[in-house]
Amino acid sequence: MSSRPDLLERTRGGVGESILRIDGVPKTQGRFAYGSDLWAEGMLWGDTLRSTHPHALIRGIKIAEAVASPGVHAVLLADDVPGRRTCGLEFSDTPVLAWDRVRYVGEPVAIVAAETPELARRAAGRIQVDYEPLDAVLDMEAALAGDAPRIHDHGNVLRHVKVVHGDPDAGAEVWVEGYWETGMQDQAPLGPEAGLAIPGDDGGVDLYVSTQWLHVDRQQIAPCLGLDEDRVRITLAGVGGAFGAREDVHMQIHACMLALHTGRPVKMSYGREESFFGHVHRHPARMWIRTGATRDGLLVVWRERLVVDGGAYASSSSAVIGNASTFATGPYRVPNVLVEGTAVYTNNPPCGAMRGFGAVQACFAHEGQMDRLAAALEMDPVEVRLRNVLELGDAMPTGQVLRGSAPTRRILERIGALPAPDDPAPVHRDSVLRPGGANNVTRGEGLVRGVGVAFGFKNIGFSEGFDDSSEARIRLERGPTGPVAEVHTAACEVGQGLTTIVTQIARTELGVDEVVIAPIDTSIGSAGSTSASRQTYMTGGAVQLACRTVAEEVFRRATAAGMSLGDSPELAAGWIVVDGAPVIELAELLGEPVDETRVHHHRPTTPLGPDGQGEPHVQLAFGAERAVVEVDEELGLVRVVQIDAVQDVGKALNPRSIEGQIEGGTAQGLGLALMEELQIDEGRIRNPSFTDYLIPTILDMPTVTSELIEEPDPDSPYGVKGVGELPTLVSTPAIAAALRDATGRALNRVPVRPDDLVGLAGPVPAGDPPPSPDVPGPMAIPHYAKGGDDPG
Amino acid sequence: MLVRVNVNGAWHESDVWGGSSLLYLLREHLSLPGSKNACEQGECGSCSVWFDGDLVCSCLVLAAQSNGREVRTVEGLSDTDGPPHPVQRAFVDAGAVQCGFCTPGLIVAVVDLLDRVPDPDEATIREALSGNLCRCTGYAKIVDAVRLAAGGDR
Repeated sequence: MSSRPDLLERTRGGVGESILRIDGVPKTQGRFAYGSDLWAEGMLWGDTLRSTHPHALIRGIKIAEAVASPGVHAVLLADDVPGRRTCGLEFSDTPVLAWDRVRYVGEPVAIVAAETPELARRAAGRIQVDYEPLDAVLDMEAALAGDAPRIHDHGNVLRHVKVVHGDPDAGAEVWVEGYWETGMQDQAPLGPEAGLAIPGDDGGVDLYVSTQWLHVDRQQIAPCLGLDEDRVRITLAGVGGAFGAREDVHMQIHACMLALHTGRPVKMSYGREESFFGHVHRHPARMWIRTGATRDGLLVVWRERLVVDGGAYASSSSAVIGNASTFATGPYRVPNVLVEGTAVYTNNPPCGAMRGFGAVQACFAHEGQMDRLAAALEMDPVEVRLRNVLELGDAMPTGQVLRGSAPTRRILERIGALPAPDDPAPVHRDSVLRPGGANNVTRGEGLVRGVGVAFGFKNIGFSEGFDDSSEARIRLERGPTGPVAEVHTAACEVGQGLTTIVTQIARTELGVDEVVIAPIDTSIGSAGSTSASRQTYMTGGAVQLACRTVAEEVFRRATAAGMSLGDSPELAAGWIVVDGAPVIELAELLGEPVDETRVHHHRPTTPLGPDGQGEPHVQLAFGAERAVVEVDEELGLVRVVQIDAVQDVGKALNPRSIEGQIEGGTAQGLGLALMEELQIDEGRIRNPSFTDYLIPTILDMPTVTSELIEEPDPDSPYGVKGVGELPTLVSTPAIAAALRDATGRALNRVPVRPDDLVGLAGPVPAGDPPPSPDVPGPMAIPHYAKGGDDPG
Repeated sequence: MLVRVNVNGAWHESDVWGGSSLLYLLREHLSLPGSKNACEQGECGSCSVWFDGDLVCSCLVLAAQSNGREVRTVEGLSDTDGPPHPVQRAFVDAGAVQCGFCTPGLIVAVVDLLDRVPDPDEATIREALSGNLCRCTGYAKIVDAVRLAAGGDR
């Protein structure tokens, strides 16, 4: 028996501490295996042939030359899909391989397995596809025209959401109009889509892949392969960032098909160009808003029409437009609301999940609108927000009442009280820290400074009645130096630090130092998606629940051994502690390991009713940022000087990790504000590379300060709130506001370009908003078209 | 074609396709996947290695060019079982690692920077690392890590 612990020390590395990442050292050493690093004996390489047309019939495909190509082991087409020919996150509408028709440039048409990536690429290039081009729908508003070509049998409307609250025809003393646009952003995770499929002896397949949700992948893969789900075993490979890009399947089914066909392991790993074509993007959005207020700045009425371009297939568009529509009016009290949001199909690249998920587009517009209202009233932008801010007990336009925690006023007061940055004058700075950077185009002349703030909110977890859950198994046993807890879940670590957080939770709950993370795979139940900022809440909650069940078993064993544990025994430093005194070492009770599995559900939510009423969201988190920018008025070059974030985090389980989320999320919002946009021309992405699609570099990013507001949510484990997405919402509008402040220009579209800042281009003109489509109800149209739930 | 290259102090001979990059040689022939394949056109720095002592993107060097040359990769900075290099330690301690895909390239670039400039100011750090893209961190903690490494073990 080891010596009794000093209970003042307790267990270190538990919740609330900024412990170091458990996977940090191997990642710095290049020893952490990502999907693209995997290798197996006898492995073949897969390649994908993709459509070159935005909309075309396929009249024939000739593969003989490709089959005869050196080193080729398989060339497969749609007819070779062993089972169901379509897949999809919410609706099974996306061909595994196109058969009669392609609907976007980049749609997979054929797959090849060969000895090397180069041989596979060459063989794919020898496949001849005979296309008959069709008229394409290349604009989201054109998709709604009566004479537009129909992209799917059920038409071009993917979902239309109407939210009605109070009397949308109410009058007001002051009106502001706004038209706002956001461009198509790419998640651009550095790790490419990649994985390795290994055929099993049982006719099944083992897939190692970089993804965000193992079980929803399997739910799509298994039927397409014609296999029962238990014969598709998926293990998470290292994930080089995700940000939504890995929610839809990419190479999973293709690699499994090739592996099952050839009987050999098959690896697929996209290059950067293919990655841009091989995953969904952030929806471009157009928003027409009319806001009425009193002369005192109280919002009276908000009317908004918004349209997002879903591209060729459904992906998660129906949830994105649900979010955009329910967050359209911002975190403000508005008694009278009409929001009509439509997601349409076009022949543009499919859009789906990206960090912020609909709330990003909405936030850019509602914050621009609030700034216009402040200007119309000659009121401070923070003050007009404070006068309208939603607080606990207030209702959103859906009728959902804020509960739990909502430190909204505190956030706005903090953001309003920030001092100005005390950075040196431009002339005293290194040129790389001035607009234009190393080009050294100014020493301070022609520079104007601006300040902007933005405030936003977003749902944490899945909404609209989805029964979201996560399962965790905890095994507590004796180890060589003390008790060891093994945590097994299917929750995808994508870089955000979840495995570190669950390690902290296990330490806190079980009072053990040593925690081992089991491989993340489908041998346990679903953990749900690593998205919607939900995993700390959902899987953290599952781990907490399973640990507490393990603790109960340990206490039961101690009681059975004759110990008296009182009312509230605890576990700490490897001991059972009663009334602050250690009574028995855990190891003595672990002759047999304790092994418990639990599933964590959050409280139920409801679908949206016909007028968008309901309680669709489980948790809301709030955040604000202030941006300070410098603009070179002659060249339109921008340097963001500083960004300050104040964020509602509930309870900070690992403060440094949250800072990392705020800094990184802010960078992605800065990208949307200033540089990131996929250029789509005739349906084709024209900038599918890091040469032409710019993401922020270390020279683009300013100092970011973070203030974490901790007001625990009584409904969530430890009071946590999801943290990953909020900074991405608010940094874009904060920077846009700062640019408007600096230049006096309207800037109603992001990304803002140099031409916009020097006046070569004016604001994007607003046409009339498109009429609302005639739809059977508030659900996604494929739901009605198929006459019921589609398992996807 | 046969290529004979010294990687991290040991000579290797590989039969490579003439169009292969040094990155492909390292990752697929020599089982050294620490150098990462994020853009394959010299924009992201994830594949950074030393080539006869010079910092290069290994995706832009032909495998054939490395014949008879010395290459040092991230794997050469520390042993699997040994302690991490001080710059590697600083990245972990500063919280500069998230998904980690850019990290090996950044480690190489920072070791190279600190060899040249032992105590860099902020502008020097940012300029030196401007060829390394990171999508997760927003770079704040990467700057912290460089400062930590510069001030700590030097």
